[in-house]
Amino acid sequence: MDDDRRAVHTGNGKAQGAAQPKAAAAISLKTRSGIMNGAQAVVASLEAEGVSHVFGYPGGQVVRIFDALYDSPIKFILARHEQGAVHEADGFARATGTVGVVLVTSGPGATNTVTGIATAYMDSIPLVVVTGQVPLGVIGTDSFQESDIFGITLPIVKHSYLVRDVQDIPRIMREAFHIAQTGRPGPVLIDVPSDIAAASLEFAYPETVQIPSYKPTVKGNQKQIRKAAGCIARARRPLIIAGGGIVTSGAQGELLELAESMGIPVATTLMGKGCMPIGHPLDWGLVGMHGGHRANEAVAECDLLIAIGTRLCDRVTGHPDAFAPSAELVHIDIDPAEIGKIKTADVPIVGDARTVLAGIVAHIRRQGVEHGMQPWSLGDSDNEPFTEVAQDALSRKVMEEISGMLDPDASIVTTEVGQHQMWAAQSIARSKPRTFITSGGSGTMGFGFPAAIGAKIAHPECQVVCIAGDGSFQMNQQEMATAVSCGAAVKVIIMDNACLGMVHQWQSLYCNGRYAATELTCNPDFVQLAHAYGWDAERVDSADRVHEAVARALSCEGPYVLDIVIPREEEVLPSTLPGGIGMDSMDFVSSASAAVDTQRTGEAAREEGESK
Amino acid sequence: MRHVMSILVQNEPGVLSRVTGLISRRGFNIDSLSVAPTEDSSKSRITAVVRADAVAYEQITKQLNKLVPVHKINDLTDAEAIERELVLFKVGADSEKRGEIIEIANVFRAKVVDVGGRSITIEATGTASKLVAMEELLRAYGIKEITRTGVAAMGRSSKES
Repeated sequence: MDDDRRAVHTGNGKAQGAAQPKAAAAISLKTRSGIMNGAQAVVASLEAEGVSHVFGYPGGQVVRIFDALYDSPIKFILARHEQGAVHEADGFARATGTVGVVLVTSGPGATNTVTGIATAYMDSIPLVVVTGQVPLGVIGTDSFQESDIFGITLPIVKHSYLVRDVQDIPRIMREAFHIAQTGRPGPVLIDVPSDIAAASLEFAYPETVQIPSYKPTVKGNQKQIRKAAGCIARARRPLIIAGGGIVTSGAQGELLELAESMGIPVATTLMGKGCMPIGHPLDWGLVGMHGGHRANEAVAECDLLIAIGTRLCDRVTGHPDAFAPSAELVHIDIDPAEIGKIKTADVPIVGDARTVLAGIVAHIRRQGVEHGMQPWSLGDSDNEPFTEVAQDALSRKVMEEISGMLDPDASIVTTEVGQHQMWAAQSIARSKPRTFITSGGSGTMGFGFPAAIGAKIAHPECQVVCIAGDGSFQMNQQEMATAVSCGAAVKVIIMDNACLGMVHQWQSLYCNGRYAATELTCNPDFVQLAHAYGWDAERVDSADRVHEAVARALSCEGPYVLDIVIPREEEVLPSTLPGGIGMDSMDFVSSASAAVDTQRTGEAAREEGESK
Repeated sequence: MRHVMSILVQNEPGVLSRVTGLISRRGFNIDSLSVAPTEDSSKSRITAVVRADAVAYEQITKQLNKLVPVHKINDLTDAEAIERELVLFKVGADSEKRGEIIEIANVFRAKVVDVGGRSITIEATGTASKLVAMEELLRAYGIKEITRTGVAAMGRSSKES
């Protein structure tokens, strides 16, 4: 495991959770130089960037790069499917705040990365994906294992390159790492034809990056910051919505400072989970479709909404017109395109969340505004429980057991996508950013398990738990072999209701219980499956055995599958109606009260469904 | 509303796909398009005409600005910009009608670029409305083929600060 420990010191020697890396920061690490081939130049560039791990899968057109990697101290993690490799690199990137690196071959190797790249793109995760390509001269001739991966990934990358000249490799690699992790982070793809990898060059890694057309705005506009501070000083019922941008920029300290100094409650999005300390009186919980009463009612009642590092996606807002109807909106985001996309902002501020929040706090301090103000109150709702899941629901019990046994400072929880993801988001206590890893924007089933492997490789000292569904886990279960081969002792807890629970729940609400294609009647025996890969495993089918079983899973030395049988009837509650996305217009929420009506029970919604 | 976007980009492979792909992906149709290198050969100018309301147009502009090779976007929709298109008309013309067609071409300050036994080809440049007027006049003679470039546009000197 010693090699794995290097993982936490990656990416230009940048500390974890650090703010936006300085633009064009000088490369401090010793780099190779001299005559070498393109493949060696790719690897030398990765070394210069301080990359400790590369995730991927070999193949014909990328064989030279693998050959170069063979001599490198960089550790290669062999996935069992390229999609798994990208999610592993993504999990590594989310856990560390550094760039995840992927190396795969051309054709199907490259196309298998598409879901992983799209997942990282939607959640603004920095990745550099190097794909092999057929020789430059035969591109476009439909040669063996050729795919236009540059074209295929155009809509889902922050930027991409097809290397046409071996001399460009050092510059392109340098630019790719810079683009991936600055501004709003995202995946960058580099397609390397095999003849380019074979050609030789005099290698020198550039110290600086020169991209005149790429200059992300990091510092917020002072005038806007003053305006925002003014809004905060005037507001009677201010509310902060903290999104993934807080995590990306490492702004949790500044967030807490602003919230505490002015008594502003904080609601978090799924991507922002972990940015408030556990049990903090100003943590008003998860906002959005499956968020709590408190956060959603606060959105409805606030007179000032400070949205930070969130793109206000439909899973957060419902119908945008009904979202925070009586509030002024201060919207802070590093991506100018996110401001005004869904809701018009009264005070738009483009910039890095940490820098902007520090500016607002400093301004408030200068104005001598009173500290330690009491937060406003929602009245009765203040005392309502965080979720309204029945006390005896097994799903709830399992989440509470897991949450209770994990040390929030030394554990990472990843999730797959579906009911278990929302149960986990509602009930697993997190106190640090980068300790709750989930596919938020894309909702990619099959993400959580490989992401857990990536997170475990990054932080071998941490307990890494993947909360999965029986459907999701089967989408990348082959990665059990990867976990064994690289010694990643992750714990997979399958919330096994033998169905695709979230869609099943929707079918109960909207399709009169016609469960089309959601019942997984032929699931494998997960215990035997795990044993086949050399994992320890256990199946639990009664509530009174859950506590011991979770304890056994967490204390096991190696990787572990805990398959917990959950009744199909258990639903994710509260649940607001979706904001018109993906549903027909009859379900479109048009009134302010309905959009935040988190008191709807499954029963009420079902009755309404039947009356339609 | 119609917008003439002048998009200054790095002259590199794939940049046109990135720009046009993004516009169509966000649900907008491109009415016309012209692309060529600028006075600085490392940069190209893409002139695209799109139809979008104010909110959607702002969103397209912001999304385009996020593309790494995009330097700058100007909206040249207002009257203070110069807009030109080039059209080639191939018009049916025997020796009898040829004179009349050349006269029309002269009125529009267009050029005759090819003359055959049964047809005559005219090159015309101008604003969209001028070219439409010319097309309507030529239609009486039987237009066999039209090829038209996209809009090329530039802000007027009076707008420079």
